Amino acid sequence: MKLTLRIWRQNGPDAKGTLVDYQLDDVSPDMSFLEMLDVLNEKLILDGDIPVTFDHDCREGICGACGMVVNGAPHGPQTLTTTCQLHMRSFSDGDTIVIEPWRSGAFPVIKDLMVDRSAFDRIIQAGGYVSVSTGSAPEANSTLVPKPDADLAFENAECIGCGACVAACPNGSSMLFVSAKVTHLNVLPQGQPERESRVVSMVEQMDAEGFGGCTNTGECTNACPKGIPQASIARLNKEYLRASLSRRR
Amino acid sequence: MSDTFGYTLGEELVDKAAPDGPIETRWSRRKFTAKLVNPANRRKHKVIVVGTGLAGGSAGATLAEQGYHVIQFCFQDSPRRAHSIAAQGGINAAKNYRNDGDSVRRLFYDTIKGGDFRARESNVHRLAEVSVQIIDQCVAQGVPFAREYSGLLDTRSFGGVQVQRTFYARGQTGQQLLLGAYQALSRQIDAGNVEMHARTEMLDLIVIDGRARGIIARDLVTGEVSTYMADAVVLATGGYGNVFYLSTNAKNSNASAIWRAHKRGAYLANPCYTQIHPTCIPRSGDYQSKLTLMSESLRNDGRIWVPKNAGDTRSPDLIPEDERDYYLERIYPAFGNLVPRDIASRAAKNVCDEGRGVGPGGLGVYLDFADAIRRLGEDKVREKYGNLFDMYQRITGENPYKVPMRIYPAIHYTMGGLWVDYDLQSTIPGCFVIGEANFSDHGANRLGASALMQGLADGYFVLPPMLGNYLASNKLAPVDASAPEAVAAHTESTERLAKLLAVNGDRTPDSFHRELGELIWDNCGMARTDAGLRKALGRIAELREEFWTRVKVPGTGAELNQSLEKANRIADFIEFGELLCLDALHRTESCGGHFREESQTPDGEALRDDDNFAYAAAWEFTGVGSPPVLHKENLQFDEVHLAQRSYA
Repeated sequence: MKLTLRIWRQNGPDAKGTLVDYQLDDVSPDMSFLEMLDVLNEKLILDGDIPVTFDHDCREGICGACGMVVNGAPHGPQTLTTTCQLHMRSFSDGDTIVIEPWRSGAFPVIKDLMVDRSAFDRIIQAGGYVSVSTGSAPEANSTLVPKPDADLAFENAECIGCGACVAACPNGSSMLFVSAKVTHLNVLPQGQPERESRVVSMVEQMDAEGFGGCTNTGECTNACPKGIPQASIARLNKEYLRASLSRRR
Repeated sequence: MSDTFGYTLGEELVDKAAPDGPIETRWSRRKFTAKLVNPANRRKHKVIVVGTGLAGGSAGATLAEQGYHVIQFCFQDSPRRAHSIAAQGGINAAKNYRNDGDSVRRLFYDTIKGGDFRARESNVHRLAEVSVQIIDQCVAQGVPFAREYSGLLDTRSFGGVQVQRTFYARGQTGQQLLLGAYQALSRQIDAGNVEMHARTEMLDLIVIDGRARGIIARDLVTGEVSTYMADAVVLATGGYGNVFYLSTNAKNSNASAIWRAHKRGAYLANPCYTQIHPTCIPRSGDYQSKLTLMSESLRNDGRIWVPKNAGDTRSPDLIPEDERDYYLERIYPAFGNLVPRDIASRAAKNVCDEGRGVGPGGLGVYLDFADAIRRLGEDKVREKYGNLFDMYQRITGENPYKVPMRIYPAIHYTMGGLWVDYDLQSTIPGCFVIGEANFSDHGANRLGASALMQGLADGYFVLPPMLGNYLASNKLAPVDASAPEAVAAHTESTERLAKLLAVNGDRTPDSFHRELGELIWDNCGMARTDAGLRKALGRIAELREEFWTRVKVPGTGAELNQSLEKANRIADFIEFGELLCLDALHRTESCGGHFREESQTPDGEALRDDDNFAYAAAWEFTGVGSPPVLHKENLQFDEVHLAQRSYA
């Protein structure tokens, strides 16, 4: 396939960025999207240019490192698929593909397609855990977890922290991300003692990082490569309200 | 042994930390004899932890909980992204919840046998003991393991084992365990007990008065190279599978931290023990950047077959039952499709060598779920393996519910690594090595669902008391970044980066990596021969020279420069590759993941040579391109009778 790639190039956080066109003539439909960018970068190096910077690591859709906006859609056109798992068979010969970084005030661009998502880490640090020091755990089967609760916790724990939800949201909200962790831990018996303090601290940190509020557009769920449901945001709101009324926070 | 291999034989290596006496009480006795650091004094001790995978994440969190001042590093943008996250299948523990005859003793035995009798008995027994605590800890953290309708934990079986001791969270067990460790670490970061440096890569180890006292690290965003000092350094930097270029490892996983420590005096043991995973998606073209694993758990329900006749190119649904060869079930009736990984991989290679492979290039075998779907229904199969099937379809464009998967072996895990004693301390005092980065527990082959177990055992339970013992037993002189050794290491690191940038040749870093990987896969992959290994050694030495005269790294060192990061790692992989091939050449027996064609039984199974090779080979660095010194640690088997592995 012959493709025109229109890629956001930005030399640093404070530099002015611009879209630059590149031609690739020999793209195989079996290539992954990132392999296609590898081919471009090899070519750029040999031509004496600077290759395109982008985050990536596992390339099997689980580490959450990769992510770019492809033709306006975070992670590209295929649902439930990270950029690294997107394959070129989703495109056609002659296409022009526009590739941009996540766009959100809370995710400043570091270089080209790479952004700073450390705000997510700070939200987890604010309360996205169960406070159990190593060695103090009771026998595993002494805590029973009803299977539906375990399954719900798991579905939300699948979040890979890629940030596509924020990139997709017109408000730059991170509530899908926050709600996934709050749901995961707050439905489990292990998460009960810190149930109220967890949700309040995480939401406060989320606000402090400059993420917007949710207006239920549902773009986040559509973009999420792991299919975290919008219902989790409803649960987050419920947990937050419950905690606000509680004496235990 | 011939001296044409180049290396020289050094003093025998003895694990002085290993206790003797009854194996069941060795760990508790070692913990009792270990010295303790008073809780009030712990915060005075700085400990560097490099890596935030299962081993590093759990170690950093636990050390910080105990009160040490932890300085932690990862090259990813967040500690949540370490490659442990990609582990799919599960984690073993001797809980015996199934009442199916499991015990610590049996997990110990299975692991020693699975490792083809090349692991240390004491370490493996400790691993089996600790396994039960790991599950308790992870459940308490909220790790959402699979459960029965009763609310109790579910388990499944895995390769090389006849009990169901594997705990799992659908096909994402590594992710869930890593997030558990990451969350524990996050709690300590928030509490101010861990100073976390993400997007920062270790460049060198600082050794002062023979002890590890710090590291040199580069901020990958600004390019700044800094010196960090501490009382001890813990390396949790993972395996070296990417020396093969194509592997199931993450793209940025690398051997640089362990290789730099090796160059500073840490012995590197058994590099030739590399694990080839039988169930990966075959490669599709030259641009291929990595290979994707399909969890071994699929072998619980999938049946592996190839056509009986070579050159049968009919589509799989047109090949009748009696013209299919379910070769694992035929050759190994007791274990069937669940034989250990090395055996399954070699069997796949053999049928492909016979011309019976399927798919492009004939490098693939079928993993067929038709029987399971008939027996359990598509919904049940989807519930068990849905995410894996989806991933397969995304990569290949084929629907595995309708068409059998095509799989082929690929490099997945490396059992070798830095040599450590029973306390997980390398030959450099104060430098501890945990998880896949060390060599200790899996011998020549790792069983499925044991990597997660070892990483977490080391980080949560084994390292912390042993590190405390080191700090309590040694009076360490205060040092800072102006120490001559630290200054020298800093200078060497920056000079090397400058040298990489100055070559300005005509080949990309990746082109060298690809060539190195192909060379090593062809000659030091699933089957190894004397001639092949010698050829590879000759060519790698040339490649090393060529790299430093022809590599082209654009940009500068004082900025974010992914090409520079890559080139710096590849330079280490090339040097590492030489030691890997030398180790494989010197070990003229076959064992586990190391298969020498010269050493096989009449049926083509690995043939060990216990008289000459029942030792761990620990290599001492003497210079780039200069022959290393071999130190043997003889392995003693008091508990388990050495036997030819049989899974028939």
